[in-house]
Amino acid sequence: MSLSLEDIQRIARLARIRVSETEAAQTGEQLNGIFKLIEQMQAVDTGGVAPMAHAQEVYQRLREDAVTEPNRREAFQAIAPQTEAGLYLVPKVIE
Amino acid sequence: MQWETVIGLEVHTQLTTKSKIFSGASIEFGAEPNTQACAVDLALPGVLPVLNRGAVERAVKFGLAIGAKLNRVNLFARKNYFYPDLPKGYQISQFELPIVEGGALTIQVGEEQKTVRLTRAHLEEDAGKSLHEDFHGMTGIDLNRAGTPLLEIVSEPDMRSAKEAVAYAKALHNLVTWIGICDGNMQEGSFRVDANVSVRPVGQQEFGTRREIKNLNSFRFLEQAIDYEVRWQIEQIEDGHKIQQATVLFDPDTGETRMMRTKEEAHDYRYFPDPDLLPVQLDDELIERMRSELPELPQQKQSRYQRDFGLSAYDASTLTSTISTASFFETTTEALTAPDHKLAANWVMGELSGTLNKEGLDIADSPIKPKSLAALLGRIQDGTLSGKLAKEVFAAMWAGEGEADAIIEAKGLKQMSDAGEIEKIIAEVLAANPKSVEEFRAGKDKAFNALVGQVMKASKGKANPAQVNELLKQKLAG
Repeated sequence: MSLSLEDIQRIARLARIRVSETEAAQTGEQLNGIFKLIEQMQAVDTGGVAPMAHAQEVYQRLREDAVTEPNRREAFQAIAPQTEAGLYLVPKVIE
Repeated sequence: MQWETVIGLEVHTQLTTKSKIFSGASIEFGAEPNTQACAVDLALPGVLPVLNRGAVERAVKFGLAIGAKLNRVNLFARKNYFYPDLPKGYQISQFELPIVEGGALTIQVGEEQKTVRLTRAHLEEDAGKSLHEDFHGMTGIDLNRAGTPLLEIVSEPDMRSAKEAVAYAKALHNLVTWIGICDGNMQEGSFRVDANVSVRPVGQQEFGTRREIKNLNSFRFLEQAIDYEVRWQIEQIEDGHKIQQATVLFDPDTGETRMMRTKEEAHDYRYFPDPDLLPVQLDDELIERMRSELPELPQQKQSRYQRDFGLSAYDASTLTSTISTASFFETTTEALTAPDHKLAANWVMGELSGTLNKEGLDIADSPIKPKSLAALLGRIQDGTLSGKLAKEVFAAMWAGEGEADAIIEAKGLKQMSDAGEIEKIIAEVLAANPKSVEEFRAGKDKAFNALVGQVMKASKGKANPAQVNELLKQKLAG
């Protein structure tokens, strides 16, 4: 598998990263190198091996359902660029 | 051409935990903005999610209630997209191996029953809220809701009309509130419905292209939105256009749906297993504990009401439309000295429901309690009250004038069952209405009813109607 320049631009757009054409070409080469490595791994026969969701064979510990977090709005909002009426303000987004 | 509608629903139910799904912040509704958003909810660097046992338990309970398969090992995944009310840049959800798979729900549409299959139900976190007004061109973000536990319940495309979709949504709403995993408050967004709608020519096997109507927060809007969407799709196809897969919004003011985004603009969510969360294992102890906590379910109650009480399918389904209705009905019948389930059912579904509806009250807040209603029904059973008088007493009870017996006493509403008294009235009525008597003797049955009416009127509605019938027949025959 190898990525086209178009693929690179699409991935960059999804990740909200701006890439110039030169960068896109470079990134494409690097990513294609990584894909070669993946191809090598994919050549291994994994038939009969269950898909792995986590590197360790342990299961999630569950937390008791209790409210343990106090209101720390003031401290959190002290580092926010802009707040008003208790809200975090961000540039307008309407989908 | 004849068209068939195909509908599948995705419902987001907010779970009734105290704290969030991955943090110890409160999920109580209506708090000041951002006072219930902790470091985990804000996605500050270095924080890690820890799964809430209460959310897992509620999902298991739901799976058991719909006869689904519980995935003993299930996984959390990241669903990636950018939006300011999602600070992490991804929503933690389940993709492969959701906690609940399959299952089914029986719905009642008019007199008919139908089974709707469920695809899956998975746990996920809610996003925050964006407020687009009044911030000098900026958007305000409240993250109190971020991290609230949701169970997203996905049905198969098994519904064939807006009515069926509403019946399914109501049955699901009833079930999740019945087993106590969701408070069902639609105004507060605790139960939100997305509808996938398509149409196809009757007889065609493959589905038409679907459009998804997002975020319907009332049963009425659900029905209106689907009806509009179906008409729109049929018109488009009949005009020679193709339906494009899209996400649409319903505008309650115009009653129309409008396009939000097409398939080409659809998000590419790039799901992958969340490395911050280990696979979740459901052990026997947890599953059995949840099974033992399940109350008798609506479907089970319906069968029992039909089998043991001789009620119709329709009555049984109406009485189990909410857990509070069922418990009101059961407490009423239990309080009757002589059990008469049909009488109790008629009054709970008739006079009581009617009055509650008129006053906009929930049955749990009824001013007349089951024991008081049973006392009133007892007076119908022993012949003290006719149905009509009982309604008068009911109205007085509703108005807070006291218990049935006290009202009967105070208003002198006791039914007249003294044969002598009734005969006296009959004699007077017959004397005053010779024409009706003659007509009856000439074979006109209607004349008999007119005479009964006169007697009832003369007794101010207090005479026992069955007795009047009997005595009048005797008199006229004699």
